[in-house]
Amino acid sequence: MYNRIQQIPVFKQSHRIWIGAFLLLAIMVLAACSSQESTIVPAEATIAPDISSSSDSRPTTVTATSPTEAELKGGSTEIFLQGFEDAIANSNFRSTSEFAAAAKPLDAGEKLKVGFIFVGSQKDLGYNQAAAEGSQYLEKAFSDIEVLRSENIPETADVQAVEEQMIRDGAKIIFATSYGYSGPTKEIIEKHPDVMFLHMGDVESYENYSSFFGNIWQLEYAAGQVAGETSETGKLGFIAAFPIPQTLLNVNAFHLGAQSVNPDIETTFVLTSSWCDPAKQATAVQAMIDAGVDVLTQHQDCTKTIVEAAERAGIYVSGFHQDASPAAPNAWLTGAAWNWGPVYAEIVASIRQGTYKSSVMFQGLDAGWVQLSPFGSFIPDGVKQRALETVEQLRSGSFQPFTGPITDQDGNIQIADGVVPTDAELQGTGYLLQGITGRTN
Amino acid sequence: MNDIWLVLGGTLTGAVGPGISVLYATYGELITERAGRINLGIEGSMLMGACFGFIATVETGSVTLGVLSGMVGGSLLSLVLAYLVIYRNTNQLATGFALTLFGAGITAYAGRTYVDSTINGLNPITVPILSEIPKLGIALFEQDVLAYIAYILGPVLFLGLHYTRTGLSLKAVGESISVAYAAGRNPYMIQIVAIAMGGALAGLGGAQLSLGFTHTWSEGMTVGRGFVAVGLVIFAMWSPLRAMVGAFLFGGAIGLQLQLQTIGAPVSPFILDMLPYLIIIFVMSLWSRAAARAMPEGLKGVLRATT
Repeated sequence: MYNRIQQIPVFKQSHRIWIGAFLLLAIMVLAACSSQESTIVPAEATIAPDISSSSDSRPTTVTATSPTEAELKGGSTEIFLQGFEDAIANSNFRSTSEFAAAAKPLDAGEKLKVGFIFVGSQKDLGYNQAAAEGSQYLEKAFSDIEVLRSENIPETADVQAVEEQMIRDGAKIIFATSYGYSGPTKEIIEKHPDVMFLHMGDVESYENYSSFFGNIWQLEYAAGQVAGETSETGKLGFIAAFPIPQTLLNVNAFHLGAQSVNPDIETTFVLTSSWCDPAKQATAVQAMIDAGVDVLTQHQDCTKTIVEAAERAGIYVSGFHQDASPAAPNAWLTGAAWNWGPVYAEIVASIRQGTYKSSVMFQGLDAGWVQLSPFGSFIPDGVKQRALETVEQLRSGSFQPFTGPITDQDGNIQIADGVVPTDAELQGTGYLLQGITGRTN
Repeated sequence: MNDIWLVLGGTLTGAVGPGISVLYATYGELITERAGRINLGIEGSMLMGACFGFIATVETGSVTLGVLSGMVGGSLLSLVLAYLVIYRNTNQLATGFALTLFGAGITAYAGRTYVDSTINGLNPITVPILSEIPKLGIALFEQDVLAYIAYILGPVLFLGLHYTRTGLSLKAVGESISVAYAAGRNPYMIQIVAIAMGGALAGLGGAQLSLGFTHTWSEGMTVGRGFVAVGLVIFAMWSPLRAMVGAFLFGGAIGLQLQLQTIGAPVSPFILDMLPYLIIIFVMSLWSRAAARAMPEGLKGVLRATT
């Protein structure tokens, strides 16, 4: 019977070979295209070649960058640089001149390779786009730097493979931009003692593994005020991915800001268990609307789906990571956004100078690491005014919204009366405030 | 009491929203398996549909063309499977899985510049009278056009499979290739068409996900929903009507876990996250005997590997 089945014809024998050959060819071409993509793609941006052929063949010495106030979005250059000086002064590690390959002078025509690894797409209108734009700034700031980028890398051992590949390709500095990269990255830092790893968001550091993050919660607070004043139902929604400390701090700050203008405000906190699952995000938006929420915000990596879904559903949305206002002209209130470019440039500059030392850095508005996104066109002037005043207060440090007493969901006092928490304490937040519905575990 | 209504209503809304794309993929896999083949590349076909549907919509501005491109993309990938398993006699499970990985790679490559593109997409159409049914109405009858087609497609497929000559031929091929051949059918051609249709339906599901439900393309956005569809076919015991129940149950479980979070249910969101899969596994284990009986004869060789 087997033989008989084999004899059943569909096409003539001669045709089969052509079909097979065509399909094989198609697969090979497509596979070639996609495999090219999965390896590290060198930077696309073109920089004017800066090889001074005749004169001095010695490399250019890199001095510290001094970003202007405009580049720091209103932050002060002095405080920006002071932040780095303090971090270096407080570090117990050796300076990069003693071990980092990046601190060695370059040969003529050689470029310093800096790797950037992103957990999502560089065009996600969110976290990864903000980081990718920072890497473009870095590229523009130095003519002798080549940026290697790799996107959509999961927070698993995959990131180690990419880091190893980047190191083989000559990268001396690697920015592991996603929170979940910390564990896998820390496993390989000892193997590469001369490569400097920079992680975004960790709370510990090693000699060649340094960490930094922005106090974006400050802008979540200001955005929370706008949300609190806009909401008609008195219910805000926060769609998050995982209950990590950064996220909990953000939702607490957002809620606190809203509470400062509307004491009865309620915030609903929902987790999607993925940094970017558009279908689940869309379902979560629906669940929020069912629960009576009329202002949404989020801590997801890709923000587009939620922003657009809010626009379509006729509710309001406050942004995160990146200005996405064009996607939602009728829904966009304002948002919290990053300003990574000057930070990356300063870190790379001081590593090359040899003065950099590993540290854990948190900086905020005063140093220009974070910024408020533009307001929606329909926001009343009074509301804008108040938010901008809050931003200035937070920038000057005259006001710390997390000054105790701060009470969590279960009624426990988390920050005692009158106590002002440090940045590091806030970055370790493990609770949700009273008035927030949701869970931390 | 209010909370219960909220959760139930929300579960229904959730059931339909994320359920539709899975339902299309389930229909597709069901037709393929009824013809005696199993296509694990359905996840890849969904991604092809989501990606190429989105790209075509961005490039041409026409959602209709987008949906069609999604279907073509999905069926092209499954045709590769058809060629390999029918002509080259490759292992169906391995081939299907490889094609899923291939689909994921090629869509990641092709779609990378479209991640931030904005489209008008498929917008919900409210059915006049039906949408006013309390609780149910909004959930079921304020959806995009592909959702309504999916509602109708279930019964249509059911009737088609059991009461038309084409359907009977398809089932006959799935039961026994040589008998179908003896009865004057062209069994391999029927299988090829069934696999292509299956891929097209999965592509349609993917297109619904990117064009209708989320208006977004993002790499790997189906996150295993194609594999869920493969499980749902067994759950549905190869019946299109039960497939609807299964897909909405799966979608409902996603909706339910998010609803439970919004009311602050005292259950860890991580446990709730497993709910959709737990429900599927639970029901499948209950039905395993019945499912084994309902399985098309042609699949038994693949699934039990006894030949």
